[in-house]
Amino acid sequence: MAASPGNLDVQDLHLQGLTKRFGDFVAVDNLDLTIPAGSFFALLGASGCGKTTTLRMVAGLEDPTEGTISLGDADITKLRAFERPVNTVFQSYALFPHLDIFENVAFGLRRRGIKDVQKQVEDMLELVELSTMARRKPSQLSGGQQQRVAVARALINHPGVLLLDEPLGALDLKLRRQMQIELKRIQDEVGTTFVHVTHDQEEAMTMADTVAVMNAGRIEQMGHPADIYELPRTVFVANFLGQSNLIAGKRTGVSGDDVVVEARGLTFLVPSDRCSCTTEDMIVGVRPEKLTILDKADEGQVPEGHNRVPGRVTDVSYTGVSTQYLVDTPWGQELGVFEQNVVVGDRCDVGDEVVLHWAPAHTFGLDGSAGATAGSELED
Amino acid sequence: MVAVVPTSAQASPAQVAQRSSKTGYALLAPGMLWLIVFFAVPFITLFLTSLQAPSPTQAGKYVPAFELANYGQALADYWPQFIRSFIYAGIATALALLIAYPLAYFIAFKAGRWRSLMLVLVVAPSFASFLLRTYAWKTILADESFITRTLNTLHLLPEGRILNTWIAVIAGLTYNFLPFMILPLYAALEKIDPRLVEAAGDLYASPTTAFRKVTWPLSLPGVVAGTLLTFIPAAGDYINAQLLGSTTNRMIGNAIQVNFIEFRDYPTASALSVMLMAVILIMVFTYIRRAGTEDLL
Repeated sequence: MAASPGNLDVQDLHLQGLTKRFGDFVAVDNLDLTIPAGSFFALLGASGCGKTTTLRMVAGLEDPTEGTISLGDADITKLRAFERPVNTVFQSYALFPHLDIFENVAFGLRRRGIKDVQKQVEDMLELVELSTMARRKPSQLSGGQQQRVAVARALINHPGVLLLDEPLGALDLKLRRQMQIELKRIQDEVGTTFVHVTHDQEEAMTMADTVAVMNAGRIEQMGHPADIYELPRTVFVANFLGQSNLIAGKRTGVSGDDVVVEARGLTFLVPSDRCSCTTEDMIVGVRPEKLTILDKADEGQVPEGHNRVPGRVTDVSYTGVSTQYLVDTPWGQELGVFEQNVVVGDRCDVGDEVVLHWAPAHTFGLDGSAGATAGSELED
Repeated sequence: MVAVVPTSAQASPAQVAQRSSKTGYALLAPGMLWLIVFFAVPFITLFLTSLQAPSPTQAGKYVPAFELANYGQALADYWPQFIRSFIYAGIATALALLIAYPLAYFIAFKAGRWRSLMLVLVVAPSFASFLLRTYAWKTILADESFITRTLNTLHLLPEGRILNTWIAVIAGLTYNFLPFMILPLYAALEKIDPRLVEAAGDLYASPTTAFRKVTWPLSLPGVVAGTLLTFIPAAGDYINAQLLGSTTNRMIGNAIQVNFIEFRDYPTASALSVMLMAVILIMVFTYIRRAGTEDLL
């Protein structure tokens, strides 16, 4: 065991063909995944998507129906939970109520008969800034403090992988932001691989280097948060991670490096390398903040080659930093627009005839054969 | 009771505090009254009776006195019954704990949809009267019964029989008070979050260690409650010893009963009762302090 955090022998975590069935229900469906050593990895998905089951299989709390789990070259699939070099920060923490904070943190060390418990626990409590709380019981601590004890209790064992199951779910918004930064700092300091399960897309994007979006037991898309956000590959991801305006149409040809899509009598350009499909039915997507809203009278200002949609403003929400518009298109679909409030007083009003436009480079093309609503109703 | 928030705009905090403290006393009154009439007064009467002396004029009557010697005499006459009571009750409590813990554990964690049914089955025997159930055990443990014959075939009975021996008395005590052990144990175990056991496993505790370090300590309030609810009535019981034991297995409850009902020696019977209460009280306090569960009870 490493004497201090930071110089760990951290290894990649591999999941191969991992499957879990409960009766007829497939919770996790043939998952292949490599989580690089030392990364902060988020499994993001709505409840019931299989993310927690995946985590529990890695922890050894659930037996996989099929597939293997290995840490570096070592296959740990058959090891019982207490034999695995993996520790978990449980949802709502599961701190031992009959033990004080010191003994909670010391629990794993004592079970393995490790010496100099005193020193290690003190160092760990210092890392999570709880040195003064050592002799308190968990019930005497605030939610945020309990959360830090749960992290300390797991991390002190220098696990090969630290699993976090919705670790911030029980905290209020402000504390959650604070703990996000805190967890990130701790991860930087100890260098262990963190696998973080959450349904909160903002949390996943803020904290993780790599996000995997899970749906119905499979991974829909995986990558750096910005890459996934800017270029979603499926309708589910486009709707679940942030918001998207999705317009269904048909592929009609190619113009230079762009695919031409006809939809609702309008023509859209989508860069070929931003299309995740080759189907004829296509969905043109664009994020709300990429749209520019212009008064109908100023339509002449739309740059050449931009995609454009006419419409009428049906709702304006002013939030200080930005203004959020809902714009009704001629075919009755509502599109969302976020605009930074850069210019004071220059806003559209409800009922205004407007034109929305955006650069083709901000457009993404998705497979339209399954409709445009997957994931939109799951917004948690 | 302390009122923090005034209930109406006009009432000053002091008025409100006074009103709500009155409400507090009003709520306490029925219970207090009950305890005074049916516990405090009888107990004082019992205590005074234990100090009475024989009437110098009328044989068989007793007059108020301060005859502390009653206690010494009662103890000298009945110390074997005292000791026997605590030994029998202790063994019965230990046996009940051994039987009840696995059962309560199973009901709490493994029974699933059978849980309610199993709890009903635990309580079901109590629908028949205590006396009736103990009589039934006379038949179960009788010399010609299946159990006795089987055990005799195996040469497992030192006295060749069960009925009218200490074994029968302890068996009866264990059986009769078992539900009082199971129910508090179940209540304590059922409250334990199974994720704590998972967390222990995640932190390198084998299933046995997880039980020793997490489940058992967290179930201690149930163990303490269950052992008290079994031990206290078992130590004072006289029916099991009377129906299932012989004269050599009499307990302190039998001595009290005989002195009150047959000998009409009220001072001795009262002295025995007071001593039984005192000893049990001391034992309970020591026990709770030892178990370190004062704040859990």
